[in-house]
Amino acid sequence: MPEMPPWNPRIEEMPIDELQRLQFKLLKSQIYRLYSFNEFYKRRMKEHGVHPDDIRTLGDLAKLPFMYKSDLRDGYPDRIFTAERSELVRYHVSSGTTGKPTVVGYTERDIANWSESLARAFSSCGLGRGDVVQVSYGYGLFTGGLGAHYGAERLGATVLPTSVGNTERQVELMQDLHVTAIACTPSYLLHIAEVAEKMGVSIRNDTDLRMGFLGAEAWSEQMRTRIQDWLGIRAYDIYGTSELSGPMFTECSEQKGIHVWGDLALLEVVDPATGEVLEPGEEGELTVTMLQKEALPMVRYRTGDLTAIDTDPCTCGRTHPRIGRIRGRVDDMLIIRGINVFPSQVEHTLLGIPDVGKHFQIVVDRKGALDSMLVRVEVSEEAFSDKIPDLMEIKRKVEHRLRSSLNVSVEVELVEPGSLPRFEGKSRKVIDRRSL
Amino acid sequence: MEKSSYIIKQISVFSENRPGRLAAIAAALRDAEINILAFSIAEADGFGVVRALVDRPDDAYRTLTDLGFRVSFTDVIGVKMRDEPGGLSEIASVLGDAGINIEYAYAYSGKDAAVLILRVDQVEDAVRKILDHGGELLRLPIKS
Repeated sequence: MPEMPPWNPRIEEMPIDELQRLQFKLLKSQIYRLYSFNEFYKRRMKEHGVHPDDIRTLGDLAKLPFMYKSDLRDGYPDRIFTAERSELVRYHVSSGTTGKPTVVGYTERDIANWSESLARAFSSCGLGRGDVVQVSYGYGLFTGGLGAHYGAERLGATVLPTSVGNTERQVELMQDLHVTAIACTPSYLLHIAEVAEKMGVSIRNDTDLRMGFLGAEAWSEQMRTRIQDWLGIRAYDIYGTSELSGPMFTECSEQKGIHVWGDLALLEVVDPATGEVLEPGEEGELTVTMLQKEALPMVRYRTGDLTAIDTDPCTCGRTHPRIGRIRGRVDDMLIIRGINVFPSQVEHTLLGIPDVGKHFQIVVDRKGALDSMLVRVEVSEEAFSDKIPDLMEIKRKVEHRLRSSLNVSVEVELVEPGSLPRFEGKSRKVIDRRSL
Repeated sequence: MEKSSYIIKQISVFSENRPGRLAAIAAALRDAEINILAFSIAEADGFGVVRALVDRPDDAYRTLTDLGFRVSFTDVIGVKMRDEPGGLSEIASVLGDAGINIEYAYAYSGKDAAVLILRVDQVEDAVRKILDHGGELLRLPIKS
């Protein structure tokens, strides 16, 4: 892959102390602006006993109150916006699966910064002028389609705005217009590849596709390996949520974590239970402060996403901190005998054991004073033996593997195929019978 | 006599250890008009394996698999025992002396003899030894 210069070298390669001075300046002026001109933020800070004058170092960020998704819901539709309606150039609206939808507004500068963020990100993977980017995220109220679209256009790449659906046509256009990059969910890319094969088209051999920006749903390293090996492309993780603008950050060509541009977003990782700020490398809830947002400047926004910050310099030369792959959602976290356990860890462990299927159900209970964790799994067709000792051996093996990866002892129950919930979602994957 | 004709295809079905599971398997076979000649349940911690000799093993396999059950075929032999003291002892000694291990066994008492169903580690050898000792084995197809 040809080495490309950074899109914005002055910012992307800024020495870390200089970057931190810039972050402090931006934070300080943002907090003053919010306190002086917006009732919601002023009241929040007063209730929390903090004044903008108390922010004297970057570390003083921790004195400020957190913001949550519920703040947007409670302020529906635009009560906590900090720009006039006439200043807005766009709205995006997130689906309200757990209540009211949330609305995000953007000024012209908000859109420009969002596009700038993605232009830097895409170019860090070697995308540039001459590339054709198929944007197969949904266009509309969802931020994915238009976000990726503006980012790629800003970079000077050619955008093919296919959105989601009509997959055969997507394959034809990918071939005919010499598409070199695609932005979509990892599962949709796999679907496109399957449809292509049915049409007699091999993405690896019959198209010019060489990279994908995949996100908007959880995926794993195993899935990356599968996509890269099958399709012959580089698959990059992309991160963002509508509250921060939309998809904003990606990995660079090193594929060692997602660079988060420090002049736009200030990161913290906090203990989901206590809110205590954790050290780099420690896993917890990603908390983001948007430093330049005008219409909806989130401050210490609790994303609900679990990851860790890596502040080590990246071999690509960019100085900005990175976050690891999102490991799960805070809402899904279980605390078993004081140890944090995520259903995604169970999933990853089971994927490595061919004797059992990938579906599972976790049942948590309390026996006496002790928490107990039961994992139900299905014996795979290949591994099914009619000898009880063989089956008991599978059970013990799965128990052992789960215990080593979760650090919690687990009982495994073998169940009949098809008896476990097939769809995603915490409600049926995890049953918590503990009454607290 | 062809030894393999004495090797019987048993179906083995994975089952959770909770009420109604055997009934579900039995009902599926009834609806497909498959006759169960012998069966046993081996149970462990929370699960079990239902093993059955049926008159149409291939149909039984398909019927149960279509319903989502985990099913496999296992080669077993059926030894007719004299329905009197010493019947089991005789067969067990023949196999034991030949170094053949019995992995599991179950029995039923049929119209004319008691039949012992065996899963052994060396099925061809077991057939030969039992026949050599004048033993009588069930043969396919089994008539009910």
